Amino acid sequence: MIQRLLVVCALSLACTVPSANFDGRSALWASDEIVQFSDPLLRERYYQLIQELRCPKCQNQNLADSNAPISTDMKAQIYLMLEDDKSDRQIKDHLVSRYSEFILYKPEVNQSTWFLWLAPVFFVLLGVLVVYRQYRSVRGADKLSAQTAPQLTVEQQQRLSALLDRDEDKS
Amino acid sequence: MNRLALFVPLVLFVVLGIFLFKGLDRDPTELPSALVGEAFPQFSMPSLYQQRLLSKDDFAGQVVLVNVWATWCFACRIEHPMLNQLAQQGVKIIGLNYKDQNQQAQQWLQKHGNPYLFNIVDAQGTLGFDLGVTGAPETYLVDAQGIIRHRRVGVVDQGIWDREFKHRYQQLLGEGE
Repeated sequence: MIQRLLVVCALSLACTVPSANFDGRSALWASDEIVQFSDPLLRERYYQLIQELRCPKCQNQNLADSNAPISTDMKAQIYLMLEDDKSDRQIKDHLVSRYSEFILYKPEVNQSTWFLWLAPVFFVLLGVLVVYRQYRSVRGADKLSAQTAPQLTVEQQQRLSALLDRDEDKS
Repeated sequence: MNRLALFVPLVLFVVLGIFLFKGLDRDPTELPSALVGEAFPQFSMPSLYQQRLLSKDDFAGQVVLVNVWATWCFACRIEHPMLNQLAQQGVKIIGLNYKDQNQQAQQWLQKHGNPYLFNIVDAQGTLGFDLGVTGAPETYLVDAQGIIRHRRVGVVDQGIWDREFKHRYQQLLGEGE
């Protein structure tokens, strides 16, 4: 019973801890403004970036989904920096230094986020441990009951067989 | 051992409960500012009234509030009387007229009063971008060394001034003397 409770607890906790893997992607982009790039590869990176970066104003939307003025500015900045031959890393750093790590849908692993990243692993391991312990205790109980089960006398054994036979006849 | 284990779910529940309960009071729009503790960004921008370019030197060595505002911003109208009041008390306020039009901004100041020492015209929002501005109004407390000490997103009213700005402002003024 206790173990069962623990399993339920571990599972429900695993569900409520916010997942670090959420990347805010969606198949549809609300904004479909046309951006011309000098190189098609830049376009790929542009869409990658605006899907991965979060709008600081209209929260829970990425830059691609949002058409708030600030996200338009940020997209324009990303565009300029891409054309300026900056790396994805540089672009992200440039934006994070102004808008804080809040805008990263995939936060860096650092002092304040390691728990977020490791929590899912921790809870899975916890779940495995609880299931394993429960499995062992159930098996242990089976063995124990087999050993200590009271032996029937010959008379009792005959009565038991008779009862079982009667049941079989009925069915 | 088994008896103690019975309390594990309760303990977990209480911990989670405290965590979530604290979350209730938090304003999710209040973001950690990347620039608190950093230098106010360099800029060279036109002034709303004077025919010259303004830069960081124009308020160097003073403790100031930098207030991001615009005529299109409804909440700025609500905030404005508070700024007028602060200016009367001697607080130095610098306006950052954000993505606005000069003529409208001047009319607005004429109508509602002008609490600003001067106004930086940021028509494109580039200084706003460097400051990490997400909208108007926003208010920054900048110390005499040009370091941003506090940031408020949204309206500054009497309560917020008392809670968030007053002690910081007075402390910074004290340091300067």
